[in-house]
Order: sequence, then C-alpha cells, then structure tokens
Amino acid sequence: MNYLDLFRATLPETALEIAALLVLVVDLGLLRKAVLSTRVAVAALLGVAGCGGALWALQVQGNAGLSYGGLTLLAAGGYIAVAQSGILVLTALTLLLLIDAVFTRNAGEYVAVVLMAAAGGLIIAAAQDLLVIFVGLELLSLGLYILTAFAKSSGKSAEAAMKYYLFGGMSAAFLLFGFSYLYGITGSTNLHQILLAVYGWNAYHAAPLLYVAIVLIAAGLGFKVAAVPFHLWAPDTYEGAPAPAAAFIASVSKVASFALLISIATAASHVFDGGQLTAHVTTMRPPAGTPRLPVYLGFSIPWTLILTTLSVASMLLGNLAALAQTSVRRLLAYSAIAHAGYILLALAFFTHSPLSTNAILYYILTYGLTTIGAFGVVSVVERAVGSDRLDAFLGLHKRNPLLSAALLVLFLSLAGIPPLVGFWAKFNLFAAVLSVGAGPVPFALVALAVAMSAVSLYYYLQVLKRAYVMPAVDTTPIKAHPVTLTVLLAIAATVVVLGCFPALLQGWIANF
Amino acid sequence: MLAYTIYLSFAGALVQALLPKSKSGAARWLALLFAVAGLALAVAGFAAGAGQGRIVIVDAPWVPSMGIHYLLAADGISRVLVLLTGLAAVAGVLFSWNVELRTNEFFAFYLALIGGVYGVFLSFDLFLLFVFYEIAIVPKYFLIAIWGSTRCEYGAMKLALYSFVGSAMVLIGLLAAYSTSGSHSTSLIDLAHAGLSPHFQMWCFPLVFTGFAILAGMWPFHTWAPTGHVAAPTAASMLLAGVVMKLGAYGCLRVGIWLFPRGLDPWGFSFVGIGSWRDVFALLAIIGIVYGALVALAQSDFKFVIGYSSVSHMGFVLLGLMTLNQIGMTGAVLQMFSHGIIAGLLFAIVGRIVYDRTHTRQLAELETMHLARRLPFAAWAFVIAGMASMGLPGFSGFVAELQVLVGAWMAKPWWTIAAGVGIVVGVAYTWRALQKAFFSDVLPTAHTLEQEHEPSHELAAISWPEITGVVMLVGVSLFVGLYPRILLDTIEPAVKALLAGGGQ
Repeated sequence: MNYLDLFRATLPETALEIAALLVLVVDLGLLRKAVLSTRVAVAALLGVAGCGGALWALQVQGNAGLSYGGLTLLAAGGYIAVAQSGILVLTALTLLLLIDAVFTRNAGEYVAVVLMAAAGGLIIAAAQDLLVIFVGLELLSLGLYILTAFAKSSGKSAEAAMKYYLFGGMSAAFLLFGFSYLYGITGSTNLHQILLAVYGWNAYHAAPLLYVAIVLIAAGLGFKVAAVPFHLWAPDTYEGAPAPAAAFIASVSKVASFALLISIATAASHVFDGGQLTAHVTTMRPPAGTPRLPVYLGFSIPWTLILTTLSVASMLLGNLAALAQTSVRRLLAYSAIAHAGYILLALAFFTHSPLSTNAILYYILTYGLTTIGAFGVVSVVERAVGSDRLDAFLGLHKRNPLLSAALLVLFLSLAGIPPLVGFWAKFNLFAAVLSVGAGPVPFALVALAVAMSAVSLYYYLQVLKRAYVMPAVDTTPIKAHPVTLTVLLAIAATVVVLGCFPALLQGWIANF
Repeated sequence: MLAYTIYLSFAGALVQALLPKSKSGAARWLALLFAVAGLALAVAGFAAGAGQGRIVIVDAPWVPSMGIHYLLAADGISRVLVLLTGLAAVAGVLFSWNVELRTNEFFAFYLALIGGVYGVFLSFDLFLLFVFYEIAIVPKYFLIAIWGSTRCEYGAMKLALYSFVGSAMVLIGLLAAYSTSGSHSTSLIDLAHAGLSPHFQMWCFPLVFTGFAILAGMWPFHTWAPTGHVAAPTAASMLLAGVVMKLGAYGCLRVGIWLFPRGLDPWGFSFVGIGSWRDVFALLAIIGIVYGALVALAQSDFKFVIGYSSVSHMGFVLLGLMTLNQIGMTGAVLQMFSHGIIAGLLFAIVGRIVYDRTHTRQLAELETMHLARRLPFAAWAFVIAGMASMGLPGFSGFVAELQVLVGAWMAKPWWTIAAGVGIVVGVAYTWRALQKAFFSDVLPTAHTLEQEHEPSHELAAISWPEITGVVMLVGVSLFVGLYPRILLDTIEPAVKALLAGGGQ
C-alpha cells in the first residue's frame, strides 16, 4: 500500500471532503454579507456538486479496492459501488430539500456536516475490516448527532439529539466490545479472516465467547438500522430532528448500515472449505467434516437466529405501534422500523449469490428514495400548518393538489401497492428469502411479513384519508418552494416509473 | 384489441385527474366517452374472438430476471367478463350523472378502477394479474370514502383492509408457487404445467382460494360486502357488486382451480361428510346462499337487502366452481355475468333512482311514500330487475342458476337441495322489498309527517341517463336470458380447456 493507492481508493470520500471544505470557505468567507436564502442555495448547490463529483470519482475509481498485506481494507465495485452511488444520490436529494429551510442560519456548516457524514457512509459501505468499519460508523454517527441538534431554537431538536447521542454512544460501546472479543478469539480484524477462523477449532472451543461477541455486534448494528429492541431513539429523533436531517438519517444512514450488514453476511457466506466455496453458514446445512456448531431452534449459528428475532420483533412492533401514532413523523419512524424488519429477514436468510444482495439493495435504495420524498412532503406541510399531527394534512388535496398527489404515490409505495416501486422491492425481497431458505420456517416468516404489510396499509391510509377524504378545516393554499416541489414530484415520478418498469433498476444493480 | 380497454381506461383516469375542477360537465361526457369506447372495444373483441380459444394479445418480457412477462391474453371466460366490465362501466357513468362533488376526481378514480378490472380479466401472467388486482383496491377506497353515504369511512376502510388481507394471502401463495415451481416463469400457462406436487397444492389451494374468495363475498368473509355496498356511492356499488366481486370469483377459478387442481382432491379421510377442500368450500358457498338470503329478508334498509342478496348470488358462483364439471362451471361463469348486470341494475334503482330523490332507504319510511304512483318508472324497473334477480325464466339469472344447480346435482344432490332453499327465500326477500318500497298502501302516520319537512314534495323527474342505463341493463339481461347461446358458446370451450388442465 502506498499513498497513491490510498488516494485512489478513497477518491469519492476525498471529493466529498473537498466539497465540504469548499462549502465552508464560500459560506463563511465569501458570502458573509449575503442574505440567508442565497447562502442556503449556494451551500446546497455546492453540496450537490460535491456529490456529483464523488459519483464521477466512483466511476473513475473502478473495481480496485485497497488492500494491506493481502487483506482487503476497503472493497470496491459490485454491490459496494451500487450502495455508494445510492448514498451519494440520496445525499444530493436531501440537500436539495434544504433549499428553503429556515431552521438554521448556519447553512454552510449544515451542508459540510452532511457531506462528511456521507463520506462516513461511503467508508462503511466499502469497509472489510473491523477498525475501518468502526471509524466509518463513528464518522457517520457523529455527523448525525450534530444534524439532529441543528435546529438550535427548538427544544425538541436538542432533546432528540441528546437521546440519539446517548443511545448511539452506548451502542458504539457495545459494538467495540463485540469487535474486541472477535479479535481476541480469531486474531484478526479482517472480516473474511474472522469468519474463516470462526469455523476453526479455537473458535469452536470458545463458542460461548463467540456468541457474546455476536450478540454485542448485533446490538450495535441493530441500533444503526433501528431494529427492535434497539429502536427507542428512532421515534424521538425522527420527530425532533430538522426535516432534511431526519430524511438523511432515514435514508442515507440506513443504506450505509445495510451495506455493512451485507458485507458481513457476504463474508459469512463465503467460507472457504476444502477447496470448495460453500455457503453453509447461513443455509443451515454444514457440510460433513466441519466441526458442527450447536443447533438452536433449527438455526445452525446464532447470527441467523438473532437476525430473525430482531426481524420478527421489528415487523410486529413497528407496524403495530405505527397504528397508534398521531404524529406523522413518528408514524414514519415506526414504519421505518417495520421496513428494517423486512430487510433483516433477507439478511437472516442470505446466499452468497447476488440474489440476496441485489434484493436488499433494491429495497433499501427505493425505500430511501421514497422516505426522503415523504419527509419532504411532511416538512412542507409542517412549515405551513405548524405541526406534523395527522390533522395537519386535512384537505391537502385542495390546499396543494400536486403535493398531495406526491404524498399519495409515496405512501402507497411504502405500503407496497403495485405498480409502485415499493411493491417490487417487497416482492423481490420475499422471493429472495424463499429461494434461499427452504422449509416451513422461512415460509412462515415471509407469511408474517406479508400479513404485517397488510396491516401497514391501515396507517398509511390514515394520512391519505385526511389528505383526500375528510373535510378541510382551512383551505388556504399551501405554498411549496418550486425547487422543493420539483424534487418531490420527480421522486414521485421515479417511484411510479421504477414501479412500472422494475427491470430498469434491477438490471442496473445486477450489472455492476 | 382488447388490451386497449386497459390503456384507454387509465388514459381516461389521467385525463380526468388533469381536468380543471370547474368543468364537471366535460368530465361527465369524457367519462362516458371513455367508458363507451371501452365497451365498444370489449364488444368488438368478443365478436372477433367468437369460436376461438385463447388468443395471446401481448407477450413482452417485463422483469426478465424473474421470468415475469407482460402477458395479456383472452380466452372465452375473459372475453365474457371483459364484456361485462364494459357494460357495467357505461351503466355506472350513466347512473353517476348527478355527481357534483369533485366530479373529475370521481371519474378519475372510477376509470382507474375500471382499468384495473379489465387488466385482471386479461392477464395471463400471475404477477401481472396480481398487480392489476391490487390496483383496483385503492380507487375503491377513495370512491367510497369520499362520495359514499352511510358510515362511508368505516365501510371504505373495512373493504380496503379485507381486500388487502385477501390479496396478502394470494401473494403468499404466489410467492410459494413461484419459488416451488422452479420454472422461473410466472406465466399462468407455464405454472399450470409446472407439475406442482400434490402435497404443495393441497395447502396452497385453500390459501389462494380463500384469498380470492374474500373478494367474492364468501361466507364467513362476506361482511365487507353489505357495509361496503351500502356505504358506496351508486356507481361504486354497481361496480363492487357488478365486477369487483367477480374479480374474486375469477381469481378463484383462474388461479385457484387452474393452478392447483390437485388441491381439490379428497384428503383421504372425511369428517361429517367433509372429505376435501372442495366439500369445505361448497359448504361455505351454500351457507352463503342461504344465510345471505335469510339476512336479506330481515333488513330494514333497502340497500342492505340488495347487499345481502349479492352475497347470496355470489354463493351460486362459488358453488358452481366447486362442482368441477362442465355444466356447473359454465353456469358459474354465466352467473358472474348475469349477477353483474342484475346487481348493477338493482343498486342503480335503489341508490340513484330512489335514494337520491327520497333521501331515505329505510323500508318503513319508503312505505309511506307511495313510490309506485310517484315514480312509476322506478317501480316497474324494480319489478323487472326483481324478476331477473329471482331467476325467472327469460332472464339471464335463470339460465345461470339452473346450470349451477344441475351441475351441483351431478356432483352431490344435497348441494342442489340446500341451494334451492336459497332460491325460495330469494323470491321472498325480493317480493318483500318490492312490496314495501313501491306498492305499499300504508298511510303516513303523524310521526313520519312531522319528520318530513315537506310531506308531498315533488320528486325530480327521471332523467335520460337513468332511462338509458335501465333499458340497457334490462335489455342485456333479457337478451342473454332468451338467447344464452351467445355467451355459452364462448364460455363452454374455455371451461372445457380449463378443466382439461390448461391446454388450448
């Protein structure tokens, strides 16, 4: 490894950091006297340009990752490039939603923090080494805490950031503790080395310690994706954070965390055994001759069992708690928990062929896109009405028909109604689960997931009912900034187009 | 050609959505134009397909990586049901001529629903069928919730959730069939030939069949139907009873029975005479027939009478499907068509012609209004529709129910006897509603006079769309009743092919 290699491998991250510094210089240096709206617009546009530059860098960078001593530190290409492109596009979209923001006067700092957090997301997606993973996670998380607290005049924002920070710090500690056990058992920080060693005799004798490590890591990562029971921060953060920050947390941070989980699952399913590449870790069929780990409830290793437990708990609690919400942001938070539950199911039943990876990426990218749109609509309504209660949406179809149409499309897509993209995402994901895991257990889990998504229609319709059905209390038009409206309509249109032609995105993901 | 019925309806929905809000007149005429164009295409497709088997209309890869095709095709059953949809769509527009609230949005949702229905009847790819099936759910919700009457939000939500739960069951079955078959194709034709194991079919069949049958109003999952019908605006009730319930029955036939025929085999043991899923569903169908009729007899709300009668009549469809013989299943398809026309007519009379003028549907209040004298057209239209609904010879319902009963006799004679009870009660509730609503000679009591602000207010004259609609629906029912061969010639070969296991 030399510095040239390092520079090439981290070109997209570097592009983002340069853009972040540029934003700061322009905003604090050149535009000190300018009005706020100009500063916001310039900062957001520079940020978008930075994301564009990083996307370009991603193309240039190609498939060469970064290795040290024959072990990969940062991988590149394939699903990682897909996840990184997704992170950059979604970051750009959240920046565009900032355009008429009024929650802060420090536009430059906000955009810079967003870009640095996104760089953390890129690192997480590519990382194949425990230390790099941890550095990326901290870079992303610290950015998210700051973004949550960015509305300095709002008490809710401060409270949300405090909760998020305390939970986050705790979960980072769990994660690090788990990592240290893993290192202690296997003597390596490289994911692939670790998972090879896990099947060796040493690890077999240290099985209880290994399980402790796995549980701790699952707790740390479960926090990032807001899986039950590590979800407690999500409703408060989604409710208190400024809308563009909440959209960023709900989309970009989720994409990065799930990309990391895919890396772990891929490494776990690529166990080199007797000259043959087998995938016995997650398929519950250890080949003869390998030391057999104990079997619990039909699961050969606790990783699958833990992920399945988290998944079931998230699907149930997320969907059922969302039924009772009166705040749309909290509703979106619980629905995010439920969606994380569906994805965890595909991670629990994972195959090293691209099938599972593609299905998960398709799901998380389209979910991120849809949820950014949903937060965009909520923030416009919130600014006009002053609250994000369900009743704030009363008569929206009269107050702003276009915004209302975007809300209709986005929420129906989240509910998984065809021909919108949310349906294909779910279908893809569940088909992947069923094709990996045979037998009654995965089938029952998919049945539960489908049943729970039927439940979810009820709470999405609660919002749409207010927008379209119930009589309006106030019929004054709600004005949205033209850029915001264009972005939201473009997102809605993308959701429809990708839903009508699902092969477009599937083909793009599969061809990387 | 038939494929354009789908595109035309969705295009119509888009046009309506973009229309300025003030142009309610233009919205009506445009909706009529799109509906009539759809009907014309349906008729032309029906005529062009006469004597032919399955015609593939479009077959293009849609999601190549999963073997999903955009495969539209039409066999005899599809062509008959597309024709029904065309008729119901035109009639529905005619009977919603007086919708003044958000007219263009009403017709936008209406045409989107119609487009979804056309799509289901023409899809020969399992996933395409499912996609269209779900597209039809959302417009139904908004049609009922926004333009409905009695407890419309409750009725709409109940209907939407029942539909969605049903389609979730179907989706689970579809995912299972897709991953089990291993053929990497979701074409119905391929799946029917995939040789799914009998064991798999045995548990997948009831799942998928029940999922679809929820929408067909199968007892005990029928409760969405009466509340939904009552809450819905007239055109939506007409479509719900006329075509949406048929979507369920069609799914039972096309997906349930065609893909999982071995699911109907005997279990190998029997419990009080029930020895297979076929017996179970036939029993539920018969309970639906008798129960629906008995409950209709006890209703005090005119629209609930018709709502429960739909449950009863749909029972005949499901019973016909469970006969698994040529005549019974032909009868089931014909009954779908016939009930679509007759139920549409009944709902139109109750909802549009009577309720929109009297603003009450309570039979006790209608008794005091002497509607036979004040609305003679409505009274006579209801007499004819009632006769058709009772299954009198000369109307389409007679031929259809007769075939179902003959088919049931060939399967198990006691099915026919039990279902026959439903027909007798059917005469009774129709008669009772007719007598109470139109031909009663009860004088208004002082109490009801007080309630009525203007005791002898003039009822608005019957308008031309109503007359056109009634004449069209009565004419079709009478024509099919007198000359059933026109549909039977198309249905029979398709049913035969389906019973033979999917061949041409």
